[in-house]
Amino acid sequence: MSLPHNYEMVIGLEVHAQVTTKSKLFSTSSTAFGAEPNTQANEIDLGMPGMLPVLNAGAVDAGIKLGLAIDAKINPSSVFARKNYYYPDLPKGYQISQFDQPIVLGGKIDIDLESGSRTINITRMHLEEDAGKSIHDMGSGNVSYVDLNRAGVPLMEIVSEPEMRTPEEAGAYMKKLRTLLRFLEICDGDMEKGNLRCDANVSVRKIGTNVLNTRCEIKNLNSIRHVMHAIQHEAERQVSIWESGGTVDQETRLWDPDLQETRTLRSKEDAHDYRYFPCPDLLPVNLDPLRIEKIKATMPELPDTLKARFMADYGLTAYDASLLTSEKTYADYYQAMLKSGAEPKMAANWMTVELCAGLNKSGKELENSPITAGALGELIALITSGKISGKIAKQVFAIMLENAEKGTTQTPAEIVEAQGLAQNSNEDELRAICVKALAANPDAVAKFKGGNERIFGSFVGFVMKETKGQANPELANKLLLELIAQA
Amino acid sequence: MSELLQLTATQALAKLHAKEVSSLELTEAHLARIEARKHINAYITLNPEGARAAAKAADAAIAAGNIQPLTGLPLGIKDLFCTNGIRTTAASKFLDNFVPAYESTVTQKLWDAGAVNLGKLNMDEFAMGGSGENSGYGPARNPWNDTLVPGGSSSGSAAAVADYQCYAATGSDTGGSIRQPAAFTGLVGIKPTYGRCSRWGMVAFASSLDQAGVITRSTEDAALLMEIISGHDPKDSTSSPQAVPAWRESLGKLNLKGLRIGLPKEYFIDGLDPKIRTLIEAATRQFEGEGAIIKQISLPHTQYAPAAYYIVAPAEAASNLARYDGIRYGVRKEGKNLVETYLKSRTEGFGAEVKRRIMIGNYALSSGYYDAFYTKAMQIRTLISRDFDKAFEEVDVIFAPTAPTAAFPIGAKSNDPVAMYLGDVFTIPTSLAGLPGMSVNVGTIEENGTRLPVGLQLIGARWNETVILQVAHAWEQMAGLTQPPFQA
Repeated sequence: MSLPHNYEMVIGLEVHAQVTTKSKLFSTSSTAFGAEPNTQANEIDLGMPGMLPVLNAGAVDAGIKLGLAIDAKINPSSVFARKNYYYPDLPKGYQISQFDQPIVLGGKIDIDLESGSRTINITRMHLEEDAGKSIHDMGSGNVSYVDLNRAGVPLMEIVSEPEMRTPEEAGAYMKKLRTLLRFLEICDGDMEKGNLRCDANVSVRKIGTNVLNTRCEIKNLNSIRHVMHAIQHEAERQVSIWESGGTVDQETRLWDPDLQETRTLRSKEDAHDYRYFPCPDLLPVNLDPLRIEKIKATMPELPDTLKARFMADYGLTAYDASLLTSEKTYADYYQAMLKSGAEPKMAANWMTVELCAGLNKSGKELENSPITAGALGELIALITSGKISGKIAKQVFAIMLENAEKGTTQTPAEIVEAQGLAQNSNEDELRAICVKALAANPDAVAKFKGGNERIFGSFVGFVMKETKGQANPELANKLLLELIAQA
Repeated sequence: MSELLQLTATQALAKLHAKEVSSLELTEAHLARIEARKHINAYITLNPEGARAAAKAADAAIAAGNIQPLTGLPLGIKDLFCTNGIRTTAASKFLDNFVPAYESTVTQKLWDAGAVNLGKLNMDEFAMGGSGENSGYGPARNPWNDTLVPGGSSSGSAAAVADYQCYAATGSDTGGSIRQPAAFTGLVGIKPTYGRCSRWGMVAFASSLDQAGVITRSTEDAALLMEIISGHDPKDSTSSPQAVPAWRESLGKLNLKGLRIGLPKEYFIDGLDPKIRTLIEAATRQFEGEGAIIKQISLPHTQYAPAAYYIVAPAEAASNLARYDGIRYGVRKEGKNLVETYLKSRTEGFGAEVKRRIMIGNYALSSGYYDAFYTKAMQIRTLISRDFDKAFEEVDVIFAPTAPTAAFPIGAKSNDPVAMYLGDVFTIPTSLAGLPGMSVNVGTIEENGTRLPVGLQLIGARWNETVILQVAHAWEQMAGLTQPPFQA
């Protein structure tokens, strides 16, 4: 998507990612999704008098992990600050966040685009607590409801530099960030549940200029598609304002996916004065370098590194390598297949084609795949060792899927054994069948000799039919060619 | 009966644990005394049934030989310590209907040690004030003369202990709220080092300054109670893991010979009542006579302390009090919409002084003013801490007046907030530096025909409550333990 009149977009994203800790950032209340309203809010979350926050160390560790993963500076001493404003779903009248001393400074994320990859620099990442939820439209007249289950849930706010120039780049950034967060197992990345959401800062300028024009912030975008659409529409709106001689006002806007437009939420004049100051209930977060080293030692191999390794070591295409490293579960599954003896390229194909189709059919995700990586790896190993052909393997795979449905388990080798599917590599036996195949089709033999190579398939088909598909195809080919040459 | 009331806490516990008297007898005696002396207005909420039940349980425990350090001792609790199932108002009409479902760490420690809760004590609303007059439940009165204030903000604590309506009371001190009322009522009041006691369950005024402490009729009682309520609490990140010394055992073990006492020149200024100055100097000379070394010292940034304090404390208070919006608890005044509900609830719920501080605090924190006010105030705070650090390289303890005047009449300063603020001038620096401070009675002066007590403030180095308790105890040994007059 591009802009008319030679304009380009300047896009920066602020992403809120819910940290997957079991308890809240400053209290022991559960963070589980979907509980009855206000059943996961204790006296601390409710902002009762005299209640004090205690920092969840797990959330800090998550922040350190992300910082390490994006090659950022981990602040040895960060400070929690109070952001003061009134709202019924903000029980204390302030949000505990980080202001001028966040836990993570700088860093970068490489995004994958069709045209190649680009580096987007990160400004900062800080930890903060979420607010609760206000529900205004329950159909009961002039009453609003507040659910504080979410109040105090830990968030990471990841702020990018305004370095993206297209909605596609913004989308790729979101995807990459989501992959990273899921790899690190610090956020489940579920945008539908609001566990990952995005505010987009958008301005436009003439290509070739370096000015930063007035920007608008679009709040609470909860899918990658919305992020991309909202940015495009907002940028177009701004272009038409500049082109008609007007000026863009700095404001906060909302994306309406039904009307496909952004609209004003509040103008700059209505902006809050948050009166930030260091939260006196919490000590500065002083990070022991040992703690950071310890976390570094437990870091998983990151998607970019894995992708490069998959391409270099296993000869995978960039496309397959990207796909297999887009989720940690994919990469884990793939590597587990290799461990049980599968040939890497064949494993990649089986995973992206057969397994993918099988999962689609059963409506399952890889996390709860009916077929384990070990079993699929064994199946592929049977192909490479010549026990079965690729074609038979598909039959075995179908049986494995059926078994899983019935709840019975058989190893691929057991299935091959039980069904008598083992490949026939008995040269004498196959030679006899090949002789039969040629004898049954003297015309075709003549045509083949006359240069019609395609007709060779009919001989193979005959052999396969005779052997119920179990003939070793390579051996059968070799024997047929020998026999034709002798004839 | 009155003899029982006039025991110190330590004496009462000795009698209780020797089974010479029952906790129920002591509890009933206090409940009767409170009833008879209602005009002192020391309590906001009484806990007669709870107290009787606790007293009976204590008597049963004593009979069974299961004796904890405070088993059976009737106490009063400042009404900013949240008490499970007992109304906690912080003297604010906003919290008139607030009954916590949790117990503050400090009070839980007292109940675990066997103490009996007589009720919740009057105070300045949200601990903002130095006279007790800013209470939503009317001012507590000074038992020495009931036309005078008992000091504040722990006004009810001081009034109740001085009027023998409990053996001792908890207090909280943000800028002098334990030490000044103790001085105004002739009692012992101690505010420990910041971080010594858990703030969990204490209604917050200014979080970086608030500390729990006690008001008692003897230093021995103060040491006993401080040992119980101190200590690290995982629920308060600012509470310290420092070990709690055996303060009571340390009393009487200080050698006054060679003890270095510092007299900061900035505390002996024009605004100080000359009669108070005379008493403090006389006490100092007595210590000198015992072999102590008196040193003139300087705490050069003292004069900036009130200004810094009246930025930092209101800033934190403005934020701490934002939770009182009438949405989840407290008294809600319905408006036509959300903003009007906020406005009405907060306008009607808070008293004038609280509103004044919220406005000052929000102003100081607002964009464009933050650096000029808050940042500057925090810098002054650091300088004041350094003044003390330097001083404690030369001296073991600092002597100063607790307050520039003795107790003043109710109403005398209520229309002059600045005059009221300056009453804290000697207690604020200690609070800003987070150091332990204590007030002990150093005699009385004659003021308009009334004999009024005067407090000597003892300031120790960080975590050195031991030295101020020892010096206060030594003073009681030298001068004799004085007690407030018992008004029949």
